[in-house]
Amino acid sequence: MATTDVVAPKAMVMADFKGKVDPDWCPGCGDFGVLAAVQKALVELQIPKHEVATISGIGCSSNFPGFIDTYGMHTLHGRSLAVATGMKLANHAMTVLVTGGDGDGFGIGGNHFMHTMRRNVDLLYLVMDNQIYGLTTGQTSPTSRVGMKTKSMPYGNIEAPVNPISLALAAGATFVARGFSADQKHLVELIKRGIEHKGFSFIDVFSPCVTYNHDNTFQWFRPRVKKLEDNPEYDPTDWGAAMEKSLLWGDEIPIGRFFERTDVPTLHGAEPVLNAGPLVKQDNRIPPDIAKSFIAELM
Amino acid sequence: MRQSFAVGVGGAAGQGVATPGDIFAKIFSRRGLHLNAYNAYQSIIRGGHTFLTIRTGPDKISNMGDRIDLLIPLNQDTMDRHLGLLSAGGACLYNADLIQPGTPAAGVQMCPIPVSKLADISKNKVAQNTLAIGAALSMMGVGFPALESVLAEQFRKKEQKVIDENVGLARAGYDYATQNFKPFEWPLPMTETRYAVLSGNAALAMGGAAAGVKFYSAYPMSPSTGVLHWMAEHARKAEIMVRQVEDEIGVINMAIGAAHAGVRAMCATSGGGFALMSEGLGLAAQAEIPIVVIDCQRAGPSTGVPTKTEQGDLWQMLGAAFGDYPRVIAAPLDIGDCFKLIPEIFNIADRFQCPGIVLCDLLLSEGRLSVDPKELDFHPVIDRGELITSNGSGDHETYKRYKITESGVSPRAIPGVPGHTHTVSSDEHDEDGVLISDEYTNTVKRRAMMEKRMRKMDGIAAMVPLPQLQGPANADVTLIGWGSTYGVIDEACELLREEGVSANHLPIRWLVPLHGDAILDLLKGARHTIIVENNYSGQFARYLRSETSFVPKGHIRKYDGEPFMPHHIVEAVRDQLAGKTKLSVPAHEVMV
Repeated sequence: MATTDVVAPKAMVMADFKGKVDPDWCPGCGDFGVLAAVQKALVELQIPKHEVATISGIGCSSNFPGFIDTYGMHTLHGRSLAVATGMKLANHAMTVLVTGGDGDGFGIGGNHFMHTMRRNVDLLYLVMDNQIYGLTTGQTSPTSRVGMKTKSMPYGNIEAPVNPISLALAAGATFVARGFSADQKHLVELIKRGIEHKGFSFIDVFSPCVTYNHDNTFQWFRPRVKKLEDNPEYDPTDWGAAMEKSLLWGDEIPIGRFFERTDVPTLHGAEPVLNAGPLVKQDNRIPPDIAKSFIAELM
Repeated sequence: MRQSFAVGVGGAAGQGVATPGDIFAKIFSRRGLHLNAYNAYQSIIRGGHTFLTIRTGPDKISNMGDRIDLLIPLNQDTMDRHLGLLSAGGACLYNADLIQPGTPAAGVQMCPIPVSKLADISKNKVAQNTLAIGAALSMMGVGFPALESVLAEQFRKKEQKVIDENVGLARAGYDYATQNFKPFEWPLPMTETRYAVLSGNAALAMGGAAAGVKFYSAYPMSPSTGVLHWMAEHARKAEIMVRQVEDEIGVINMAIGAAHAGVRAMCATSGGGFALMSEGLGLAAQAEIPIVVIDCQRAGPSTGVPTKTEQGDLWQMLGAAFGDYPRVIAAPLDIGDCFKLIPEIFNIADRFQCPGIVLCDLLLSEGRLSVDPKELDFHPVIDRGELITSNGSGDHETYKRYKITESGVSPRAIPGVPGHTHTVSSDEHDEDGVLISDEYTNTVKRRAMMEKRMRKMDGIAAMVPLPQLQGPANADVTLIGWGSTYGVIDEACELLREEGVSANHLPIRWLVPLHGDAILDLLKGARHTIIVENNYSGQFARYLRSETSFVPKGHIRKYDGEPFMPHHIVEAVRDQLAGKTKLSVPAHEVMV
């Protein structure tokens, strides 16, 4: 399709990415930090806002697309990755960001999470992991710790939580990282790197829920999180080492870039139909000789 | 009566029933004959029983018909089950070494082939099939060269030796029959026309390609898998992105993502997969993203009978996803219509930015029909609706994705266009896409958005053609059907007229929106109305009543997994006109 677009060549600033409404998250919510980090990363990378798609599921953190000015999609609970895959394949010129929570991504959306990783769809998946269901007023989530008392498990959780980092490594994600909402500078760097990575980038962000999770608070995380980047010997291309680090939980919880590999083709890169450019820009008419050959097969 | 000739080939799955079917289909269509093929089979890869009926003739063959003229049993089981289908003038070709003949009706010619004398069966396990094809064509009065060229094509991927061997076998069968069996009284005619032979699934897929579909996603599910197979095989030539997804939830949501990005996106499934898609259908409606979903119905509920046909999903479609939203639902009338309907429904879905549902079924999806190739139009009208694909001069009002308009349609900017960033949402939203669910119950905005979306139904209704009554006016009986029963009802009407009962037919293709007033008008003077459908509860009859208060005099229903045969309808009409019953459930007398 022909474009006669006139794009003003001006530098993007934080205000350009400000959404139509202000976030209605609880005061002090970890998600504010994630939103600011994403906006900052986009400004630093100077990606025009109309070339960004922000796609979410349902939940507190999934209200994200409404709070940032890009092409947003606020989809169904758990389905953001499937919608985002379709969007990326139909227009791979877009930078695709997927945002959501731990219930949305690891609970109801668990199946899509696994398959989107193995397909190496070129997008950044940011999970604002608060280890609780917030918008439904405080139930156990797939990342809630054993023993945690919530409205749905008042006598304490008896189910083991998922480990998103190990899961992502096992499923073949080509960029796996963990951030902390309170460490802005570090998070911005991770997001920038995740956006620039060619393939599926996963960042699990500790984004404490100040209303319903009284166990995993900012205060709880602060002394525990240790940046992998501070260890000069850590090699993020070593999958085994990443898996080993992913299992650490307790007094020391690693954050940072666990793993990255760049030798796996992206899904859109591996698809010959896209050799002619983004699908949305291609002709939608079957050429007469091809149509003729389709009919000839039936004669 | 229409002149026609039907061949039945039966055997266990894996015995090679499909190959003779393909060969007969090619030979018939290249003689300029119409054909209709239906395969009755089980959900099994090896063993069990499968029975293929191919019916041919010079006029349009709209269904599998009532009888078999030639039976080719590849095993004893088929002989035992199906010999009774043959009546005087029919013949049965069978392997004399392995199969015991049953007792045929008077006037049926039993034709044993001494397979081990004519072929080296230690080398070729399916020698009996090729011998039988040769013998059959001799008896039908078809010259051998036609078979020779089809065999060469059929085995083109094998070495020359294989082709020569099969041609030799076919020749031996052909000559043996010429010398030993009586030819059929009605030699197959020939016409100058040439037909394309295709399945409903191929037709749906090709219709999608013609409509400009650029994204197709699916999860394998009988009987819809053929759509995926056609799409996957032709994806690169047709430049269509085809994805096999982890489940049907992923399928529809991926299609919605692609559609939102600006391409035409389609997916197909069967009832169970559609159940998983329901929530996605609601998203497409609420976010106003056009997609087309095909449901190839099979006998339900649940896993049901995966290889058998039914029209049992109508109410699932009517009630799919919660809440009120505009949708369009259509059921193709035959295999050629599977092709034609897809561009039509895409134009409506695109113009009104809503989901379109195609209600097909196993009978059409997996059946095969001869279609005039001119009907496969790869350049239909493509109307993408009000789509913003460029920022133009850059000066425009602040873009409102869900702008309230008289038609209910708001111009749709596709992602990537500068100056039009916005958020689409499954939550209720305002004109600019901002969520209103987070506001203190905004009744005014909610009502306005609901009415805006639902106003689209008026525009859709104006685009959907009115139903037409077919056959003579003032008929003794009016048969009402929807979707795939079109062909069999059409022939039943013809048979009824031949026995002095004037019958006409009201086929329904567009289910939502339903032109209720037009239907009432057409049925106003009808003397005896009967609704014919392939389900237990009369889903269409109940729907028609709910929309129009119309109650027919009688019903003919079938829910045993097999499609109607013309005589099922003819006999039921006779019974109902004689006042014997108001609900006929014909028994499928042939064990398949």
